[in-house]
Amino acid sequence: MVDNLIHLIEIIIGTILVGAFGILFGLLTKGIDRKLAAHMQWRIGPPIIQPFRDVKKLFCKENIVPRNAVTWLYNSAPIICLASTIAVLLYIPLGSIPPVLGGYGDVILILYLLTIPSLAMVAGGFASGSPFATVGAQREMVLMMSYEFPLATTVIALGWKISTLHPGSVAFSLSTFARYPVWNIMGPFGIIGAAILLVVMLLVTTGEITKVPFDIAEAETEIAEGLFVEYSGKNLGLFYLADAVKTVVMASLIVALFFPYNLSTYLASHISLPTIAWQTVDFLFYLFKIEIVIFFAMTFIRVSVARFKVDQVVRVYWGYLTLAALIALLLIALDVLL
Amino acid sequence: MSDKKARPNRSFDKSLWVFHVNTGSCNGCDIEILAALTPRYDVERFGIKLVGSPRHADALLVTGPVSREMVDKLKRFYEQVPDPKVVIVVGSCGISGGVFHESYDLVGPVDRIIPVDVYVPGCPPRPEAIIDGVVKAWMKLERLRGENK
Ligand code: SF4
Repeated sequence: MVDNLIHLIEIIIGTILVGAFGILFGLLTKGIDRKLAAHMQWRIGPPIIQPFRDVKKLFCKENIVPRNAVTWLYNSAPIICLASTIAVLLYIPLGSIPPVLGGYGDVILILYLLTIPSLAMVAGGFASGSPFATVGAQREMVLMMSYEFPLATTVIALGWKISTLHPGSVAFSLSTFARYPVWNIMGPFGIIGAAILLVVMLLVTTGEITKVPFDIAEAETEIAEGLFVEYSGKNLGLFYLADAVKTVVMASLIVALFFPYNLSTYLASHISLPTIAWQTVDFLFYLFKIEIVIFFAMTFIRVSVARFKVDQVVRVYWGYLTLAALIALLLIALDVLL
Repeated sequence: MSDKKARPNRSFDKSLWVFHVNTGSCNGCDIEILAALTPRYDVERFGIKLVGSPRHADALLVTGPVSREMVDKLKRFYEQVPDPKVVIVVGSCGISGGVFHESYDLVGPVDRIIPVDVYVPGCPPRPEAIIDGVVKAWMKLERLRGENK
């Protein structure tokens, strides 16, 4: 009884800490992204703390609810979106710090949870009763259906490989992925397969966080910010935060699946530091890895290409990326058989 | 704007999101506005950003002399921008009618239809002048902050 209570309190404190980390680091990441993008376009760009200012400003603005909106849904969608995004972060290890809800769910759960923020955005879009938002919501659904399959294929291919090599382990838990890093257990074919999956995963991330070229749902030039057209003030600020946290979540997922390496595993035998110091080092290393992933999945792609049309997005995900993911799956299967 | 809740805080100056309305201009001013966003002037470094929906905006950037068709649309745009907000008119034709001042189709200038905070004259004004107009808008916001304290 007392143990349960202590465990519960631990989880609550952990949730608050992880939530604060997700929001703060997400905003910082957004700032770094904008700065890097500006430099890539030969501009100076806003200061790195710009997203903090944006959010602070949004929270002091008037919050308009359109007359023909479904008020309760319209107002709750941003909260659900932010809360569910933070919930995903609770299942992902941060460096060598184990996830807050580690024992309660695996990658499959994360795949399902990842759809909730998008669904909340869709619900908010439909609830705002504006034709632009409705078009945006429909496009978001199309996008969601498109990237779901390559994403699932990626996770399943990796999980399957691990479970065939180590039959006793819990196949889809992220701690298993951390114990047997993907690149260490693969043969030559498997490495090619895993590299393809990594590229697929990076492109899925771009779609998941709806950035150019897959930002058809928020296309500000065609459908006036789409989903968010009616949102203002506090609600828009919450969506802004959710977007920031989602960036961290997706990058963390890639890091957890593909690069679960920690400095402490390799250097602890050479340098002796207390555990807490190693955890800090690992954590900083993890932040560094996240920034690199975000640079390739978001900033680099965003600056280099223009937005796809709706049908092109579907073709990229269902056609090319699904094909690539299936080929990678075959390569990994070949690796297991040989 | 006297509403206590709608008081602009300090972040307002550093993060001004702008919505651009064309009320029948010749497109000259619009291109100068875009020039202010290019790498040469790069207003994003001051946190200024063009947004696609008036609901997201803090400032309404109006160009053009307001033709008859645009009157009620301009009013609706103004009402859709959440408080606190500023209105900046760019270009002589929005200020006085400019080259269109004898037109039969003209209802403006802009300040006959919605309250205007900052005027940027020129036909078209240079991007520097537009940036200067935004600085004037910041000063106006600062005054609002002082009044409401
Ligand atoms: S002020 Fe001159 S350049 Fe600007 S929109 Fe009017 S006529 Fe065109």
